Parts: sequence; structure tokens; C-alpha cells
Amino acid sequence: MTTILDPTDERVPIERTPAARPDRLTGVIGLLDISKPRGNVLLDELEALLGDRFPGVEIKRYRKPTFAKPCPDDLRGRIRSECSFVVEALAD
Amino acid sequence: MTRPAPPFTLTDLHGANRTVPAPGPGPGARPALVCFIKEDCQTCNLAAPVLEAFHRDFAHAADVIIVGQGEEGGRVFAERHGLTAPVLADADCAVSFAWDFEIVPALFRLDAEGRIVDSLEAFFREEWQALDARIRADFDIKGGGVDWDGLPERRPGCGSKHLDPDINDRLQAAAADSPIRARRIEVGASDDVAEFMFDQGFSDGLPLIPPTPERVLRMLRGTSRGAQEIVAVVPPNMAPATVEKIAINAVMAGCRPDYLPVVIAAVEAVCTDAFNIHGVTATTMGASPVMVINGPIRDRIGVNSRLGALGAGSRANATIGRAVRLVVRNVGGGRPGGVDRSTLGSPLKFTMCFGEWEEGSPWEPLHVERGFARTDSVVTLFAMTSGPVQIVDQESRGPDQIAGSLGMGLEAMFLPKLHRMQTDALLVVCPEHVRTLFSAGDYSKARLRQRIQEVTSRPLREMVADAASGAGLQPAAAAKLSPDQLDALAPKFADEKFIHIVVAGSDAGKFSSAFFGWVTGAAGSTSVSRRIETD
Repeated sequence: MTTILDPTDERVPIERTPAARPDRLTGVIGLLDISKPRGNVLLDELEALLGDRFPGVEIKRYRKPTFAKPCPDDLRGRIRSECSFVVEALAD
Repeated sequence: MTRPAPPFTLTDLHGANRTVPAPGPGPGARPALVCFIKEDCQTCNLAAPVLEAFHRDFAHAADVIIVGQGEEGGRVFAERHGLTAPVLADADCAVSFAWDFEIVPALFRLDAEGRIVDSLEAFFREEWQALDARIRADFDIKGGGVDWDGLPERRPGCGSKHLDPDINDRLQAAAADSPIRARRIEVGASDDVAEFMFDQGFSDGLPLIPPTPERVLRMLRGTSRGAQEIVAVVPPNMAPATVEKIAINAVMAGCRPDYLPVVIAAVEAVCTDAFNIHGVTATTMGASPVMVINGPIRDRIGVNSRLGALGAGSRANATIGRAVRLVVRNVGGGRPGGVDRSTLGSPLKFTMCFGEWEEGSPWEPLHVERGFARTDSVVTLFAMTSGPVQIVDQESRGPDQIAGSLGMGLEAMFLPKLHRMQTDALLVVCPEHVRTLFSAGDYSKARLRQRIQEVTSRPLREMVADAASGAGLQPAAAAKLSPDQLDALAPKFADEKFIHIVVAGSDAGKFSSAFFGWVTGAAGSTSVSRRIETD
């Protein structure tokens, strides 16, 4: 392993690249409420819409203990192992 | 003087961890003797039986621990001398670095509070014997002992391995007080570092030197400025360029540490409002900084002002110019296809930096003309869109003839028919042409500028757009001018101040050269000079 120093202004993460976007919705969709007020309202609505339009997919709901801190590792791990997709509700 | 022993945990030859200072049976630490050795050091090998005897005699009262520098050094040493004392491996020499000594063997005595109360380097029999006696007295140890008379009076030790330059740079870079703050990027063992840097977009298209913490630390020694000092805010992202960030890019460009002050001065210059690196980067016309270095630093760091000064082959010229470009690219975010919208680009965008051959010039050098002392080291930056463009005249023997040819060469800027231009040109006069200019006596820069304007002066009517070229004075505007006005002579430059002159090149060859500017002035770019701080 070689360590080098970042020559940039460090605004862009170096190695993180978004996962490839699939063209079909299948499997389990996780809906993550980050505990911001009314995030659950948004996700309820989304769950209903997804249920109507994609009856074949399963929806699972998750909730972060607090929006002020990063998602706990075990919750992150559960979502990763149980879901094919995740939607995170950010809004107030 | 006592000091607390820097605590450490290292592995012994059986794979077990040992911590120093070790907790004692009661409150406090277990007293210890810690000796750092290098297996290939003759004095360390001489001391091995003594250390083993200490272990045999003192082990019940104090730990005797041998620390071998390097991965396998301790093992070889222990086997060679049949040691039963614990031998630990200071594989990366980080513990040696923390304990901060110079010579091995380095023997330390720790008291029950984990403080270093004695420290010896190399082998002076009297000192070692006195230490032996003190320990025996303190712990009331009888029996055993060392045959001191069989040992030489003194032996110099060897330089500790943690002071080897490569190792020391790495340790300093990793130390808590390291000046390095930039994000560390771990490149996996299966990744090729050079390819990784291409993939991340760090490169101008040519290979880069990996900016390891060790190399950046060495680069930072090229300046006395603090690593976190902000030199400039770099457009287009308006990102702060610290000395450290500049040093990282200078390493990648291939600079030596003594080039760093020049790179710093140049970054400061291009990021001024006057130079306007944002516009220079963004223009579709394809502009780039051209750097001229003046003053004593040229000789000190080997900036080429002679044969091939504008071309390849000189490390300082190539890498200083490149480092400035990489700072704009990586710190400022000015990349081709992003903010850099140059239609064709230019090799100037890789690098362009050269020295003026002041010693071969009868004129005041560029930096003196611009108000600096001859003894100052100065970098001057021009925003140029093209060049070097060769101006060839091997026949002229008269001063005004050669000056005329230089003018005609400059007339080519942008389009020959465009005149009264408010655009900088940088004329690089070769030594043979200088000699011809001075063949009949003094020939001032002012006279040369005047001559350039004379030979390029043409009636305004020749600049009117026509079937041959639609550029120039547009017919509607020309129609408003009287015949006299159209007959008036228009020189190439709107003012002589746009003609900048330096001397460079080898003795042989009647070939001068020119760089042509961009939009000169407040709406575009104005050339900027900065003194190079070299302490």
C-alpha cells in the first residue's frame, strides 16, 4: 500500500463512487426515516405510491434514532443486508 | 535530567507483546533497562554479552529489554549471541524515533515511575560500568557481574537507523507534530499509483511523481514558510492554496525542494486580480501563464536561460512551470472541459518557464525594468495565448535591419493585419541578434520598441475588412473615416508599453522568438512580478 497526499482542495471524495443504477425495481425497498419531523408523512405517502405502482416489491421501514448523528453501524448493516434499494427521507 | 519514557508496545521474537514501561507488582512501573541496537553495528555486538549479563543478574529486580531496529535485525542479533533477554522488534523504527537518540547502542535506565534516569549512547566502558554499579547498589544485587577488564575502553556506535533519511522523513511525516494536514489517500497494493493518479484526474496528461508524505515533507523544507500558511485563493473554485498544497503539486510536477519558493511566488502572482487566472484559464482563446525568472536564484537552482531555454531538457524550467499549472488544475479546479474552455489548447498549458540571460544582455533585465533590484530574485508572469514563435533573420547585419525583422515577426501576432493592438507581446531576443543590434553602439530597448512600431506602421486602410479577410476594421466603421484618416499610419501596438523584451538563448543561432498575449489590461490580464522569498 502507498500513501499519497491529496493535491486538490478536498471538496470531492476521492474513492466513493455511486452504485450502478438498475433499470427495474425488484426485491426489497427500504424506507429510512431519519427522525426529522414529518419525515414519516413523506415516507407513508411514498410507501403507498410504491405499493400501487410496484405491487411485487416488498417495503421495509427503518428509523434512525436521531437525525443529528450518522446512521448507527448496526442499522446501516441491517439495511444493507435486507434491502435492494433504500430511500432516505431528509425533509422537515 | 529525567524525562518520562515514551511508552511503547512491541512484539518479542516469540510474537508476544511487551509494554514499556511495564506495570510493577505494586503501584508504579517496573524498573527497566532498555537498549536499542542494530544487528550490523560492531559496538552493539560488543555490548551483547554485557546486556545478557545484565539480564541474568538484574531480571528479578528490573526488566532488561533489547530493542532491535528493523524487522529481522533483533532476531539475527539474538541468535548470534544466544540471548535469553527479551528482544523486541522496532520494525518501522517509530519507537526509536520517539525515544529520540542518535547513536546505537542506546541504553536507557527507567525508574519505578517510568522516567528515564540514565541514558548512554555508544560504548564508554566507564559509563556502562558505573551504571552497572548503581543498579547493583540500588537493588542490592550480589553475584554475577561483567568482566569489564576484558572490554575495550571505548567504541563509537553507529548512527541509529531511524535517522536514515528515508526512514526519518517517513517518521516525521507520521509524527504528531508533522506539518502535514492534507487528506491521506491510501492506494491499495493491487493498484498502480501512477494509474490511480491518472484516474483521479490529478494529471495534466503526463505521469506524476506520487506525492508521498515523505516527499512532501522534503519539499516543505524548501521554504521557511509555515505549511498551513495560505499563499493565495485559487480560482475558479476559490480554494485556498496552502504552502502544503503547493508543495504536494510541486512534488507531483517533479520539482526539487529548492524550486518551491519560485512556485509559491508564481502561484501568488497568478492568483492576483491583475493576472486573473480565472479568465486566463476559461478563455476559448487558450491562454496560459508564461514565467520569466530573473535574479540570483537562476544560478542557484539551475534555471536555464541559455541553449534550449524555451524547450525541453531543463528540470527547473519544466517542473516549476508545470507545478503552477497543477496548482491551478488541482487546487483551483481549472481543468480542460470544465472551466478551461480553450478551443485548441496549447503546449503552454503544460509548462512554460525560463530564465533571462541577464549576463548576456546589455540591457537592464526585466525585473530591474519593473522596479526590482538586480540582486532580487523575481518571477514575472505573462498571460500568453501562443508562442514561442520563431523569428528568423540570418542575413541582417545592421542594427535597424535586425530590429526591423523583429518587428515584422511581432506583426504576426493574432493576424498580421490587426494593428493598434492593446495586447502584450514578449520578445525573446537571442544573443546573436543582440550582438547585431549593438554592432554600431548602444541600442536601447526604447529604440528597439520604437523601431518595431516604425516597421509595422501601415495605413489604416490596409486593416479594413475585405474579400481576403473579413477581420479588422469593419467597412461600416471605415466609411465614417476621411481619406486622410484612412491614410494615417497604424503601428502594430497601440502603445510601446505592450512590447516586453528579454534576452535568452545560446551563443549560436540568429533565431529570436516571441509569445503573443491575450486580452491585456483590466478587462483581461496584466503581467505581474513577484519577488521570490528565499530567506
